[in-house]
Amino acid sequence: MSRAILVFAVLLCATPARAAPLVVDLSNHLVAITAGFAGAEVLLFGAVDQPGDVVVVVRGPARPVTMYRKTRIAGIWVNTAHMTFEKHPPKNGNPPSFYAIASSRPLDEIAPHRVLSRNGMILEELDELRLPDAKASDNVEAEWRAALIRNQEQAGLYQTEVKRVGFLGDRLFRTRLILPANVPTGIYRVEVVLFVDGAVIGAQTTPLFVSKIGVEAEIFDFAHQQSAWYGVIAILVALMAGWLAHVAFRKA
Amino acid sequence: MQIYLPIAEISVDAFLLLGLGGAIGFLSGVFGVGGGFLMTPILIFIGIPAPVAVGTEANQIVASSVSGVLAHWRRGNVDFKMGGVLLLGGLVGSTFGVWLFAVLRQLGQIDLIIKLSYVIFLGAIGGLMFVESLRAMSRRRGSAPSRGKLHKHNWIHGLPLKMRFRRSKLYISALLPVGVGFLVGVLSAIMGVGGGFIMVPAMIYLLGMPTAVVIGTSLFQIIFVTANVTFLQAYANQTVDVVLAILLLTGAVIGAQFGARAGTKLRGEQLRILLAAMVLIVCGKLLFDLTLTPDDIYSLGLSE
Repeated sequence: MSRAILVFAVLLCATPARAAPLVVDLSNHLVAITAGFAGAEVLLFGAVDQPGDVVVVVRGPARPVTMYRKTRIAGIWVNTAHMTFEKHPPKNGNPPSFYAIASSRPLDEIAPHRVLSRNGMILEELDELRLPDAKASDNVEAEWRAALIRNQEQAGLYQTEVKRVGFLGDRLFRTRLILPANVPTGIYRVEVVLFVDGAVIGAQTTPLFVSKIGVEAEIFDFAHQQSAWYGVIAILVALMAGWLAHVAFRKA
Repeated sequence: MQIYLPIAEISVDAFLLLGLGGAIGFLSGVFGVGGGFLMTPILIFIGIPAPVAVGTEANQIVASSVSGVLAHWRRGNVDFKMGGVLLLGGLVGSTFGVWLFAVLRQLGQIDLIIKLSYVIFLGAIGGLMFVESLRAMSRRRGSAPSRGKLHKHNWIHGLPLKMRFRRSKLYISALLPVGVGFLVGVLSAIMGVGGGFIMVPAMIYLLGMPTAVVIGTSLFQIIFVTANVTFLQAYANQTVDVVLAILLLTGAVIGAQFGARAGTKLRGEQLRILLAAMVLIVCGKLLFDLTLTPDDIYSLGLSE
């Protein structure tokens, strides 16, 4: 939808020499998870062709997620209910595995709530975090959704606090995307929207790849794709280690 | 030094893992136990997902059992026939256990079952050991120990399929060791233990095996059962982290050397009371955590 708005905005533009109302890029498009990975920071920077407000939304790869709810049974807390947030037609996709937002001014000063919500800038109102009516009534749904957001926030994967987009002059802007150590891997979508007087003037989306690199990645892939061989090798390594230990013992 | 564990998918201090391996290895050297029943809960305490802790621990036990069994083999303390029969039950049991593990994981109950199994078994074994060593200590001060009958006859000896186990000097039904093997196999898969702490008492008290061959024979069959668990957990659940296993077993191998030496210098009953106290502490902590009201009654499940 934002793409349609962008085209519309470009068509409306008085000076056709300007190709786009905003340009954006990242300091790097690949976040590599290696042996010493402890989170990462990516610098987002760009320029706008007119003074306005910028909102940046980062979404991690969409995946279904299951939530559990505990109740106390005989003094012990046991998972007794569960709910899966997943895609269901017509328009709800899987929930994002990561969500962060940044803006140049407080969101409610930039645009009306309705506009923000339509552009996926109000986390609680994302279509992807809806449950079908058949699964939950409205208030039950609200409870599960709040729980999902709370837990993802606790894990650092939904960053509900709106971070700052800083302007240098009134054309250049930048912000930092902070990814914690436990970020899910996959393709992230970084969407930057330019608002002028509460209306969307332009938008640009750029991808960010988060992937495991190096030995860890190979071990993970091997374990998941060649599970049987992985199991055999794990056993062989253990047998070898045990035998080596025995030899060392005997010599000592 | 933080290291990213590829299967557990978290960063942990490598020296912490080496140290843990060393400490548990030391204890297993001192007490002559496998250590899986202490290591798995501690891995869970430091934040390794419970399924990964269980799968990886099985892998590590393969290594420690191999080095143990080779030493016993050289002294001729392994009853291979008995080991084979136990193993038969163990393989079936552990295969069933891994399947059960996958089902429970699907239902979102695996964490609970792992922890509950630990509470029950650590509580029972720790309690028994504690009482027994207290009794032994008071006996030392008091009268000489009265010896019970070596061989009791009961319903167990009425079971069919009798077999002769020369090395163990036994003529008993094969169903008995198969049953014991099966039970320990299931526990091995679900709890990530070798099961020595259940197998050894069962062999002595239930099967009536001579103490000399018990440890070697139990280790012998544990190798194959834990290897089976490692393979199946890796194949079906992808929960074996080799990087974690290697770090732990490196520490454990070195720790066990020092432990075995220290063990010869310490008195038996005091050692056992110490071990019993430790087992009970771990058990208590697990139970306490289960009854503690969680910060949030909602939690994230697995996302596939």
